[in-house]
Amino acid sequence: MHRSDHPAISVSGLVVRYGDVVAVDGLDLHAEAGQVLGLLGRNGAGKTSTVEALEGYRRAAAGRLEVLGLDPQRPDDRTRLARRVGVMLQSGGVYPAMAPGEALRLFASYYDDPVAPSALLERLGLEDVARTPWRRLSGGEQQRLSLALALVGRPEVVFLDEPTAGVDPHGRVAIRAEVARLKAGGVCVVLTTHELEEAERLADRIVIIEKGSVVAAGTPAELTSEGGDAAARGGTGAGGGAGVAGVAGMRFGAPPGLDTAALAAVLGAAVEEIEPGQYRVADPGRPATVAALAGWLAERDLPLADLRTGRERLEEVFLRLTAGDRGGAREEEGR
Amino acid sequence: MRAFRAQAAAELRLTARRGDAVLLNLAIPVGLLVFFSLVDVLPRPAHVAHAVTFLTPGILALAVMSTSMVSLGIATGFERQYGVLKRLGATPLGRPRLLAAKIASIAVIEIFQVIVLVAVAFAVGWNPSGPVWLAVPAVLLGTAAFAGLGLLMAGALRAEVTLAAANGLYLALLLLGGMIFPLSKLPGGMRDFARALPAGALSDALHGSLAAGGGVPGRAWVVLALWAVAAPVAAARLFRWE
Repeated sequence: MHRSDHPAISVSGLVVRYGDVVAVDGLDLHAEAGQVLGLLGRNGAGKTSTVEALEGYRRAAAGRLEVLGLDPQRPDDRTRLARRVGVMLQSGGVYPAMAPGEALRLFASYYDDPVAPSALLERLGLEDVARTPWRRLSGGEQQRLSLALALVGRPEVVFLDEPTAGVDPHGRVAIRAEVARLKAGGVCVVLTTHELEEAERLADRIVIIEKGSVVAAGTPAELTSEGGDAAARGGTGAGGGAGVAGVAGMRFGAPPGLDTAALAAVLGAAVEEIEPGQYRVADPGRPATVAALAGWLAERDLPLADLRTGRERLEEVFLRLTAGDRGGAREEEGR
Repeated sequence: MRAFRAQAAAELRLTARRGDAVLLNLAIPVGLLVFFSLVDVLPRPAHVAHAVTFLTPGILALAVMSTSMVSLGIATGFERQYGVLKRLGATPLGRPRLLAAKIASIAVIEIFQVIVLVAVAFAVGWNPSGPVWLAVPAVLLGTAAFAGLGLLMAGALRAEVTLAAANGLYLALLLLGGMIFPLSKLPGGMRDFARALPAGALSDALHGSLAAGGGVPGRAWVVLALWAVAAPVAAARLFRWE
């Protein structure tokens, strides 16, 4: 199959506005063929607006967008891209009275060399509901059909807007398998999610978006590893520079209000109460430190609620980078 | 061409599955035609001897209005609401072919309606006379005018509002459109108003072409042609795809 020399996705300085509200504020993205790029952010962060600008649905107020070297904002380029790009909307998109088999055959007719509908039904576990109208499918079945419809034209770039939202564990496995298959086939996948675990499982590279700007980007390992500061993009907008991607350390839960200074002296490492009853120790979790912590708590007859060592989980990175100012979260996304 | 054929076939299948569309496009017109042809209670113009002579052109106009305005408008409005139109915009189908497929499906439904209604009319004693071929341009212009109105509602209003508005308009135009009640029986001001509407103009044109007595008045052609241009232009201007 023809593959262009252009990057699959190239975005610089993207701005999307709804009236006076700025949904995307100077965003940069880059993705190559065979790469799975996860856009992670809470509701209203600007993920859908970004993806819809790349799909040609939203007008970019500023910035340069390229998909396979074409500009989706230009009508004739968008027409060319329609043959090469697969789209899964956040919701809907299928005739409510149409069954999966029928919808896939219809969409297959739009393309010159479609994937056989029967193969997609089988891969996504939709054979048993192939004749059930869309409106009677479960949320997960609807999502899997939307994914199948995005794939039927053998796209080179696929946009998946919250593909696993409302999908049960079996459906998630099927969707992950399709994403892996796309990646193996050299397809570039851009997916949005606010579910951190999904982003970590699905994506090669994660871009954390907050208030329309990139606050961190990197592989899941980079984002969660110590010294991942290089991955965090300071100063690119609100929230930028606040931190640091992944601080390794030991975290534990215990009754709130411990004497952290005394404990630090015993452990020989700084101790911080990051939230009531949750503590972080500036120590990678050496057995001696763990033993000292357990001993210190035992002397005082205090319970240990939980204990984690090593890499920070992506969730913690995400919550830290997008902390604060929740009231400022924009609500227009997806409208 | 394959995409167009598949899309048109899908539009037809979806219409056939919609109970409201089958009722509106077929059951109600056939029912009205049969009932009021056999039960002679409706007023008719003085020179018309049989109820079926007056009813058949009017019911054909009603069938055109049902298919191209009510059925098309409601279906398209819900397709917009469910994101179907948005999703299709990201496929190689393209808007021109989608529109062509909708037009083709309307044409097929109307041909089917005409065959059924004419057969039923003959069965209850219809005997057409007049410049019958003029019914063809009348139906084409009427279809363009009503489809424009249907798509105008579908593209500018919420689907539920389109549903209500299309059905309300259907009832109003059924009464004011010369379809089962002759326009000549309406009071003067109301009659002039009705003749300026696409329903009145279409039924005037069909009565003139399918029943003896003077042919189609020029005014009906002018009104029909104006609506056939203005309504689609307004729909194209105001249509929002999502």
